[in-house]
Amino acid sequence: MTARTTVRLGPVSGIVRWRQLVVPLAALALLVLLSAVSLGRGDFPIAIGDVLRTLAGLGEQAQEFIVLELRAPRIVVGLLVGLALGIAGALFQTFARNPLASPDVLGITQGASVGAVAAIVLSGGALGGLGVPVAALAGALLTGGLLFVLTWRAGIDGYRLVLIGIALWSAMAALTDWLLTNAEIHDAAAAYVWITGSLNARTWDNAVPLALSLVVLVPLALAASRVLGVLQFGDDTARGLGVRLPLAQAAVVLVAVGLVATSVAAAGPITFVALVVPQIAVRLTGGSRPPLLASGLLGAVLVVGADLVTRTLLPQALPVGILTAAIGAPYLLWLLVRGRRRSTL
Amino acid sequence: MTAALEAPAVRVPARNRRSRRLVWLAVLLALVLAAALASIAVGTRSIGLGEVWRALLDGDLGTEEAVIVRQLRVPRTALGLLVGLALGVAGALMQGHTRNPLGDPGLLGVTAGASLAVVLAIAWFGIGTPSGYVWFAFAGALAGTVLVYAISSAGRGGATPVTLALAGAALSALLYALVRAVLVSDQQTLDSFRFWVVGALAGRGAEVSWQVGPFIAVGLVLAVANAPALNLLGLGEDVARGLGQRIWPARVVGLGAITLLCGAATAAAGPIAFVGLVVPHAVRAITGPDHRWLIPCSGLLGAALLLLADVLGRIVARPGELQVGIVLALVGAPFFIVLVRRRRTAGL
Repeated sequence: MTARTTVRLGPVSGIVRWRQLVVPLAALALLVLLSAVSLGRGDFPIAIGDVLRTLAGLGEQAQEFIVLELRAPRIVVGLLVGLALGIAGALFQTFARNPLASPDVLGITQGASVGAVAAIVLSGGALGGLGVPVAALAGALLTGGLLFVLTWRAGIDGYRLVLIGIALWSAMAALTDWLLTNAEIHDAAAAYVWITGSLNARTWDNAVPLALSLVVLVPLALAASRVLGVLQFGDDTARGLGVRLPLAQAAVVLVAVGLVATSVAAAGPITFVALVVPQIAVRLTGGSRPPLLASGLLGAVLVVGADLVTRTLLPQALPVGILTAAIGAPYLLWLLVRGRRRSTL
Repeated sequence: MTAALEAPAVRVPARNRRSRRLVWLAVLLALVLAAALASIAVGTRSIGLGEVWRALLDGDLGTEEAVIVRQLRVPRTALGLLVGLALGVAGALMQGHTRNPLGDPGLLGVTAGASLAVVLAIAWFGIGTPSGYVWFAFAGALAGTVLVYAISSAGRGGATPVTLALAGAALSALLYALVRAVLVSDQQTLDSFRFWVVGALAGRGAEVSWQVGPFIAVGLVLAVANAPALNLLGLGEDVARGLGQRIWPARVVGLGAITLLCGAATAAAGPIAFVGLVVPHAVRAITGPDHRWLIPCSGLLGAALLLLADVLGRIVARPGELQVGIVLALVGAPFFIVLVRRRRTAGL
């Protein structure tokens, strides 16, 4: 199969780039498979038939509890967080025309960490279930808002976004470190697990708000995809092609910030998904910039897969944020070694 | 006649720029000197400059102040100077070689490699003092950099700025994952590690400076030698090649310098991210993109910044102190943001 095929239907013609179709579909198939396996595996293995019966509402009570109340919310949170981070990473990297411009580097996830660590450390662990996610959401939105306001000068320049982002990142990282060094070691250890990103003990209370916000944000992000393609040519060309530049830039950045903030509130800053996945996606699809949908789906595959590995293969359950880096990074390295020379994003 | 009239018209702006740069260089030197003096004089116990002077001149002076100056303050200031110089210069080199504004020396795997080595030193060998970590951190930093460079040049096209940055980010991600895997399950190691990872100059003693000093010296020499080549590489590899620049020797010298400087600095003081990342941007606004000026000026500003941040950390949290890495980021970030917003930052 060649890389692209021209399709003609009477007066209509178009180019089909097969890899850009096949990669998302394959990722989707893999995602369904991993989720199904993940529902059945764990400390109490349940056969796939029983899983299906439980999902249909016909299972035993114990199995129903394990599948629907313990595993399903965890998998849904992982899937949605991966989706959101993958898309947000692709948005930022395309917007700034820089493969390193991920929310991890721009300070947004660090802002969430400051909020969460402060909530854990300053309350001495008293703030449990609800307080920490809310603090994380506040931290991320605050940092994201700060990033937006400070970068805005009749529009957003990608270069300025990156520079101000790293300044915010280092300030937030310093605050986190300061809180950690001043905390009791027990609180510091709890906070450290949180800032690694974990799916442990996630319930529908985490999954539902995340799902609701993504229902709004993901379509917005996909709608921004067309504009992004034009923005890539540079601001002057984009303006010449009729893009209302400040509006488009504001939309892209705010949607990306929203995606990151909601996902971080649900599962903590699961590291490196937003950095690594878009770069993997662009190398698999062979396009000129990270594809949004494929990045999102691959992000979901990475998080759900990493969670499955921590729960089943490892002797000791590690936070999923460790595994996403441990799986995603070598894969990107392999693609780099194997790949052709790229001098652009 | 016309030639005589035209020549100055062309050369005056160039000479103006040169004298402006010389003035800035003098200003930076004065700043470093002032910061060093402040770093010797200020602390839990403030010591007057006259007292400092006497303690420095007369090695036998046995007053309490003289002992503090000679045994605590001077070694700490010397270390701060070394580390600041190294980080500023390494940052300028790194951003030049990757042509990426996010080109922090830590990106080459230095910080991640050093972190992993320190974690292992604590967890497996039970080492608990900063001077005990030095060689572990240095070895880890070297190994991290060599791996990043090997991976990025293993691809079909060789090492480009983009593959270098991505390989560095990916390998760092992997190494940090290992660090975290140890730390989430080992509270004792986390307890030591959290104080190393913020980056500090306190409690290092004079021997650490002697341990890392030679490496930093070699790194500085290589960096200055690399500057003209880096100016050509900034035009793109093809143009540089066309102008007679041999690409890979220049890259090897530059990356070698970055590794030595940043590895030694991280080994001595822990990971201090802000200096290498931000100082070159600030300096570029003053000197322009010419690396022959950018590299030395970045070194000086890095040293001044690190010393001043260290002094500030001793003042704000009396009688304790705030670690220099934290002060740097919290005070430096707002300044940097103002700088980015007010000036049109010079691109790379």
